Amino acid sequence: MGLRDQLAIPRDVIATVKNPEHRWMAVCRGTGCSSSASAEVRQALCDELDARGLSDEVEIRRTGCFGFCEAGPIVVVHPEETFYTHVTPGDAEAIIEEHVVGGKPVEGLLYRDIATDTAVERWHEIGFYGKQQRILLSNCGIIDPENIGHYLAFDGYSALEKVLTEMTAEEVIEEVIDSGLRGRGGAGFPAGLKWRFARQTQSWPKYVICNADEGDPGAFMDRSVLEGDPHSVVEGMIIAGYAIGAQDGYIYCRAEYPLAIRRLEIALEQARELGVLGENILGSGFSFDIIVKEGAGAFVCGEETALMASIQGERGQPWPRPPYPAVAGLWGQPSNVNNVKSYAYTPRIIIKGADWFKSVGTEESPGTAVFALTGMVNCTGLIEVAMGITLREIIYEVGGGIPMGREFKAVQTGGPLGGCLPKEHLDTPVDFDSLVAAGSVMGSGGMIVADETTCMVEFAQYFMQFVCDESCGKCPPCRIGSTRMLEVLQRITDGEGEEGDLDEIRRIARGMEQGSLCALGQLAPAPVMSTLLHFEDEYKAHIEEGCCPAGSCRALITYEIDPDLCTGCMLCARKCPSEAISGEKREPHVIDTDLCERCGLCKEVCRFDAIVVN
Amino acid sequence: MNVTLTINGKEVVAPEGSTILEAAGLADIKIPTLCHHPDLTNVGACRMCVVSVEKARTVQTACTTPVAEGMVVNTESEAARETRKFVLEMLLTDHPNECMTCEVNGECQLQDLAYDYGVTWPEHSGVLHAYDIDPDPNPFVFIDRNKCIVCGRCVRACGEIQNRDVWTFAQRGFKTRLVAGADQFMLDANCESCGQCVAYCPVGALFDKMSLGLGRPNQVTKVRTTCSYCGVGCTFDLNVRDGKIVRVSSAEDSAVNGLSLCVKGRYGYDYVHHPDRLTRPLVRAKWLANVESKVETGQWRAYDPDRPISDSESLVETDWDTALDVVASKFTEVKETYGNDAFAVLASAKCTNEENYLFNKFTRQVLGTNTIDHCARL
Repeated sequence: MGLRDQLAIPRDVIATVKNPEHRWMAVCRGTGCSSSASAEVRQALCDELDARGLSDEVEIRRTGCFGFCEAGPIVVVHPEETFYTHVTPGDAEAIIEEHVVGGKPVEGLLYRDIATDTAVERWHEIGFYGKQQRILLSNCGIIDPENIGHYLAFDGYSALEKVLTEMTAEEVIEEVIDSGLRGRGGAGFPAGLKWRFARQTQSWPKYVICNADEGDPGAFMDRSVLEGDPHSVVEGMIIAGYAIGAQDGYIYCRAEYPLAIRRLEIALEQARELGVLGENILGSGFSFDIIVKEGAGAFVCGEETALMASIQGERGQPWPRPPYPAVAGLWGQPSNVNNVKSYAYTPRIIIKGADWFKSVGTEESPGTAVFALTGMVNCTGLIEVAMGITLREIIYEVGGGIPMGREFKAVQTGGPLGGCLPKEHLDTPVDFDSLVAAGSVMGSGGMIVADETTCMVEFAQYFMQFVCDESCGKCPPCRIGSTRMLEVLQRITDGEGEEGDLDEIRRIARGMEQGSLCALGQLAPAPVMSTLLHFEDEYKAHIEEGCCPAGSCRALITYEIDPDLCTGCMLCARKCPSEAISGEKREPHVIDTDLCERCGLCKEVCRFDAIVVN
Repeated sequence: MNVTLTINGKEVVAPEGSTILEAAGLADIKIPTLCHHPDLTNVGACRMCVVSVEKARTVQTACTTPVAEGMVVNTESEAARETRKFVLEMLLTDHPNECMTCEVNGECQLQDLAYDYGVTWPEHSGVLHAYDIDPDPNPFVFIDRNKCIVCGRCVRACGEIQNRDVWTFAQRGFKTRLVAGADQFMLDANCESCGQCVAYCPVGALFDKMSLGLGRPNQVTKVRTTCSYCGVGCTFDLNVRDGKIVRVSSAEDSAVNGLSLCVKGRYGYDYVHHPDRLTRPLVRAKWLANVESKVETGQWRAYDPDRPISDSESLVETDWDTALDVVASKFTEVKETYGNDAFAVLASAKCTNEENYLFNKFTRQVLGTNTIDHCARL
């Protein structure tokens, strides 16, 4: 009998969760769906079941994120896995009456395929999920993250038991090194090696730190794991603690993730109650506990040394390495800092083995990659794909291509510190090394798609603005360099670019890359430099010709109405916030360019494509 | 344990755990610094001390990077020099072009480095900070944040040396700003006006308020002296211009105190030239002989011109011999009338050890009593 069998495991819960015939509904209670009223949807479904006396027969389960957030709130009816999108509380009656009682899916709530415009019934038949391989997110959308019994049902904490009963710390490290797991925080350093360094340092106490300070704009990979499967992170950290010889863990989570923090606290409490966290875990003599530390809203605290400074109660600013955290980290003690996802992979690697993990993805980058796919694609959301998949497959198959038949222009990976790749690189395999070779980085998992209407100078300017706001201010290259760089970009998009500006950009970029203290400053010029590399003509058009080829920079464009196409419907004139459009009913309208603020609202509302941007 | 490394082609042996900067110092190789100070922890903020280290992806800060066996360092590589110039140029893009009137002209590390690296003040159309000058009512410490280069030396000096933690930085990025406490006035944020922050400031952002406009480094003569306030024996330099003390500056080579001084030592020098200062001993007229004739001949002087000498309680400025004779005769009188133990002596912390020793001897051997004590602090 294993140690785990001694636990007061809720066996009825496990039996129910694992029963393939079990009739239940998953209601997504991730942050995305919750913000579009999935709590009310859940309540409405419960009420409908109650009204029919079916509460005991159908389970309504709160789950983590499905990733397809733009289609939320999402409800999936099991066991047939019928996938309902955009569900409102008012739809509850139809779902219960037609589907649960009547046995027929509610047609109007099904996802409609973009290409064929046909309804798709089952979860895994949806194009968005077709190319996905959910390893890390396998429990998200399935288990109730606030119920440890659900996690246990899917082999939860059996990796911990295996580690404590069958493996030495060195064997655990060996297994993680064998698996080839590379840190998912962005740099892709082999996780097992990092653990070994921390183990080798002869100084105690040691600390296991989980970096959950996910701050890239639009990225929410770590949040979804924490919200949907918090125990996997907790279990991974305990295993890491055992491996390096630490008894204390910290999860540094940004305070903007209140739901993730709440679920983590619940998970920690339940794990302590069960005896898999705290003193003398599973009677093994090994003790480990975890504290959740909330960040205070600084992007730079995702940098490991700034993160540790923040835990120490200091201003969140990086300190120089070496020494690395494995030698002298938190409070000068050996510390192991990994990303949320790196820890969450660990229990799965221990249970299924290094060979299984290596069988997914590529040789140098085994496993999967989780991205927050956003921007100009039809299907946005959280995706998990095997490493080695091409950018084209992600954008056109998972993401369903570019909306409104527009041309793809570029894709930005790695968030504000990553690079931008044009269409020549669409067939680049997505893995740590290939992306770097192509001029970008994996980063922690942001992926933003730009189409022909996106001005690449503006695109770069947006990220530089972000860096200006988030630079910690410690070193001059980043603190002042980012501001000077932004000023140059600003004048280019304002149509006041000067000869020599591109050289100035390159010079500042070089200074920042070479001179900055931490990765934030060193990588901050990447969006600018990669867009300059691939779209230099677009920069030059702004400076030399005073025009924005994408028709996006406000200072460089004018709006006009094509009199041949305008029907005089007056819609644009009514919507124009600056009253710049005039004209008689059923007569072509005109735009007064002096009054026009170039907001683009007229173009958005015109049903006849009569608004022309020059 | 020592490690051997190569700096600029020269083999250097340095103790394990020392930094590249320290190792270079052992070999007399100079690396420019700005945020570094040997008294303070190293933070690697200013990036001036960057050097090229073989196999490292980017240049490394010499003040924080520990030496390693076989390490190959080039302190004057193109990348290092280019980075230093870039840093200086960036700092100057947000620094007022006011060396002409700056208090620390000639004693400014930023100015010296700009000179060494040939970086001129860059004309540009971008933003420049425009903070209020001297917005803090602290009577001793002057602050001009426009000149601040965010090196954090003041922050560390206050926290690590004075243990007051008055200074910190607020905001992020370009908006990063030196503030006292929670953006309060210095005195409301635990400041005891010791001026350590001023002493460690490498530029003119923090300065001694009493000395504004009274003389720049090349206009004063520095006179090394020992502080007269207490027995610790701090030494510092009196900055003298035209025979007047215009400032006290602490000196790194002061054996006892280095750059540290307390508020009295650093700012309590205004008594020197004060008109009320007593320069001669005062004795009451009743204990003096021939008062009127000595005053008439100018040997002595009435201390209070409004009080006639004929008033026996009035004070007379005499000479030291006379005054000490009065004291001696009074002591003898008391001793003979009431005995040795009629005396009680209180010595001062303001005296040096040697002076206190002598006072002790005087008390026990001359006055003949053991009743001597010490005020223990000033």
